[in-house]
Amino acid sequence: MTRVAVIDSGVANVGSVVYALERLGVTPEVTADAGAIRAADRVILPGVGAAAPAMARLRQVGLDAVLRTLTQPLLGICLGMQLLFERSDEGDVECLGLLPGRVQRLVPGADARIPHMGWNALHDVRDVPLLDGIADGAQAYFVHGYAVPPGECALAACTHGVAFAAVVGQGRRFGAQFHPERSAAVGARLLRNFIENAS
Amino acid sequence: MSLARRIVPCLDVRDGRVVKGVRFRDHVDMGDIVGLALRYRDEGADELVFYDITASPEGRRLDRAWVERVARVLDIPFCVAGGIRSVEDARAILFAGADKVSVNTPALERPALIAELADAFGVQCVVVGIDSLRDADGEWRVRQYTGDPSRMRALPRRTLDWVVEAQRLGAGEIVLNCMGHDGVRTGYDLDQLRAVRAACAVPLIASGGAGTAEHFVDVFREADVDGALAASVFHLGAVRIPALKRALAAAGIAVRPWEAAS
Repeated sequence: MTRVAVIDSGVANVGSVVYALERLGVTPEVTADAGAIRAADRVILPGVGAAAPAMARLRQVGLDAVLRTLTQPLLGICLGMQLLFERSDEGDVECLGLLPGRVQRLVPGADARIPHMGWNALHDVRDVPLLDGIADGAQAYFVHGYAVPPGECALAACTHGVAFAAVVGQGRRFGAQFHPERSAAVGARLLRNFIENAS
Repeated sequence: MSLARRIVPCLDVRDGRVVKGVRFRDHVDMGDIVGLALRYRDEGADELVFYDITASPEGRRLDRAWVERVARVLDIPFCVAGGIRSVEDARAILFAGADKVSVNTPALERPALIAELADAFGVQCVVVGIDSLRDADGEWRVRQYTGDPSRMRALPRRTLDWVVEAQRLGAGEIVLNCMGHDGVRTGYDLDQLRAVRAACAVPLIASGGAGTAEHFVDVFREADVDGALAASVFHLGAVRIPALKRALAAAGIAVRPWEAAS
């Protein structure tokens, strides 16, 4: 049985992520304990809200250092994904620096209202284990006002006014800008791939 | 490829059951919350809204047990409205698994609530619901306590002014319920929605008046809303979501293919 730790970062969607895993038959441990996180086979960092308070909370409980030294697969969700990068323009805050790049504000436009809220199609989906069974055009549920430009670690992109990274990965560090726990079959598939295939 | 326009069934909740009235009156039982939620998910709904229609007028808080029940089984986003008066109320709902909270009457009573919620959870969690009706002088104005006909109140606040203020305070989405069209299934209030769209830079959800698939085509085309909310047409089966999505796609409107949900 794969041991999955969901980091209790004090944000609202922890419960939704837990329920999504339970629907896959996985019972995760919700924890902020460094030992429990290090002992897990998979670690998930959920997140909603703003970058600066989220980073402040991780630092306050010493989890920034724990996350930087993890060797098992790590998946950040939404804000949790953004925190994996070097910096966020949201509050101009230094993040974990586990992935190269900077989180930037999405630019509002006539056909791109901010926050980007709703179902949007993935494109440039790469053939990687995390995205097994997920093809170009698959739709996922996004809710965010900031994003990472599609760079070297983008595994799938999405476009809302501009293109941005929808799924990222490098080594054993992964992230989804969308909410897999709320993205129906596509989200369930990504979570299952992360639990079963990512390495 | 672009952001799909959302189809949002709305489930009015009273005493833990889904109910539906006409023009906010005469509620009849529509069934169990979880059963209906899953039915709409299976049919391809993009999001669900649950309104506890009795919470605000009775001055009581929303019962979070059913929120958790829904969150356990549902794998599409959902929003909860009704009786959310404080950051702590919202926290309980969001931690029970809701993705967004919608505030209506309490935000009218105390607009700072919108800013407090946005600060605590981010604007993406904060939906402002507006019940609006055109008065004899031609102005749209907001209504309060609409869940209870005996307590419903008209306010001097113009709907368009409130739309602007709600965004300034931190609303991440606006649901405009056009009360004159609610439940009568003669089409969305395109005039009002166009006017609000022009003042609304965040996502806007149309509510009130859907009767046929063409009404949805019209509201996306004519009022450029991001989502369309409806209740009775879905509950009664007058409009089926798979057929609705086919009609929207045929009209060139971006939708999430409902097959993707299976």
